[in-house]
Amino acid sequence: MRMKKSSFWSKIPNWVWLLISLICAIVLWVAASIAWPLVFAGPQRVIAALIDKASTGILFEHIWASLSRVLSGFAIAFVVSIPVAFLMAWYDPFRHVVEPWIQFVRNIPPLAYVYLIIAALGIGQVAKVTVIFIAAFLVMVITIYQGVKGVDVTLIKAARVLGARQRDIFFKVTIPASTPFILVAARLGLSTSMTTLMASEIVGGDRGIGMMIQQASGWYQMDVVLMGVILLGIIGICFEKIVKFLERRFTGWQETIQQ
Amino acid sequence: MAGNNSAVNAPVKVHIDHVVKKFNGRNGEMVALNGVDMDIHENEFVCVVGPSGCGKSTLLNIIGGLEQPTEGKVLVDGNEVAGPGPDRGIVFQQYALFPWLTVEKNVQFGLKLQGKSKEECEELTHKYLKMVELEQFAKSYPKELSGGMKQRVAIARAYAVNPKVLLMDEPFGALDAQTRTQLQSELLETWEKEQKTCFFITHDVEEAIILAQRVVIMCARPGRVKDIVEIDVPYPRTQETKMTPRFLELKNYIWSQVYQEYLAVRK
Repeated sequence: MRMKKSSFWSKIPNWVWLLISLICAIVLWVAASIAWPLVFAGPQRVIAALIDKASTGILFEHIWASLSRVLSGFAIAFVVSIPVAFLMAWYDPFRHVVEPWIQFVRNIPPLAYVYLIIAALGIGQVAKVTVIFIAAFLVMVITIYQGVKGVDVTLIKAARVLGARQRDIFFKVTIPASTPFILVAARLGLSTSMTTLMASEIVGGDRGIGMMIQQASGWYQMDVVLMGVILLGIIGICFEKIVKFLERRFTGWQETIQQ
Repeated sequence: MAGNNSAVNAPVKVHIDHVVKKFNGRNGEMVALNGVDMDIHENEFVCVVGPSGCGKSTLLNIIGGLEQPTEGKVLVDGNEVAGPGPDRGIVFQQYALFPWLTVEKNVQFGLKLQGKSKEECEELTHKYLKMVELEQFAKSYPKELSGGMKQRVAIARAYAVNPKVLLMDEPFGALDAQTRTQLQSELLETWEKEQKTCFFITHDVEEAIILAQRVVIMCARPGRVKDIVEIDVPYPRTQETKMTPRFLELKNYIWSQVYQEYLAVRK
């Protein structure tokens, strides 16, 4: 019997593919560390750096400093963006004034306005959280606004006909109908918070993964630099997995295109 | 009800009193409805046919309270319609099921708003899901259902709150021919069992005649009532009814009336 090519590949389970992908990445990494030893530290050196930093406990201080910044900036942005998005969707004058601001600031790299914030708020935790907050807020408010705006009018009509008042419509139609967008916003907001972390840690402070990378690069400890970069990547993936899980949990009812 | 076609002697349920609806569009004022007068009697089944843009959906929305008439008024049981309410159920063409709720939770939506007890909600949900033969799908989500099944859930949901008037806006318009025929006979069966005043909008002349006691033909630009035809074909009506001479006669008459309007709109 002749087998189609595609059926052979499709028989390999996903976790095996992930393993293959990981092995390929490590092979490329080792190759890069041999070709450019001064730039790319090999896996053994990076692991050694990890153990070294972890054994003194300093690594966890860096991770905690960064995580607390990302999570508080994100959390505040999440809490603020939901009501602002609803106000934008419901009150046109508000939207007409606020939306251009959001669109304008959204396209400016946080690295550019970080100095303004530092000048205003100093180099402490508040300034760092503020930078992350701004970037995450801008991304989330737009996404949630589009979701609220896009709630199917027929569903609202159906609810009204069944006796729903304004309050019922908000809690029983608008909120559940916008949930998928709120979760997408959370995912985008978290990844934006991660990318903004570096900008927020660029000036001042002594703890944080971004700081650790900067200090190490000053000493030309490329193994620590690479370790920090990989660590950021792993944290990012963890965030994404958590939100993906919540999405499956809360928005499994959505009609999806067949996979 | 079988055999007794005319509901004209029954008391008036919905009184449509010179309803005018104007919209302000890009090209100035548009008159959607230009003085519609009509009475719908208790437990009567009325179908409305007419070309697109004749304002039949607007009329349904006005009865449902989702739109306000520019002039005139609609009375249900003598009370002027001021907004939407559970005494007038609507079944929409796009089903309008809440996708995040299971089938049974969809049916319970209106019941819970009425403050019914849990037992009562469950009992009524069971009863109406049984009526549309979907009890075994109570825990399914709408995305797991076909179009026909979704519309049956929507009909069960509308029935569950026990409205006085059932307004249906091309409910079977998005379904394939077989499903449509099946749902038509199911709807008729239900209507004969649980008497309701039905106001049913459709494009399909055959569908209108098989269902209705009276067919209202509307004309467009501006929308108004052109003719009302009494359907003197006895119930229960089946697929065979569509072959009878009287049915075909009525179909030809109504179709030619609608077609005239269609041509007029195209001009």
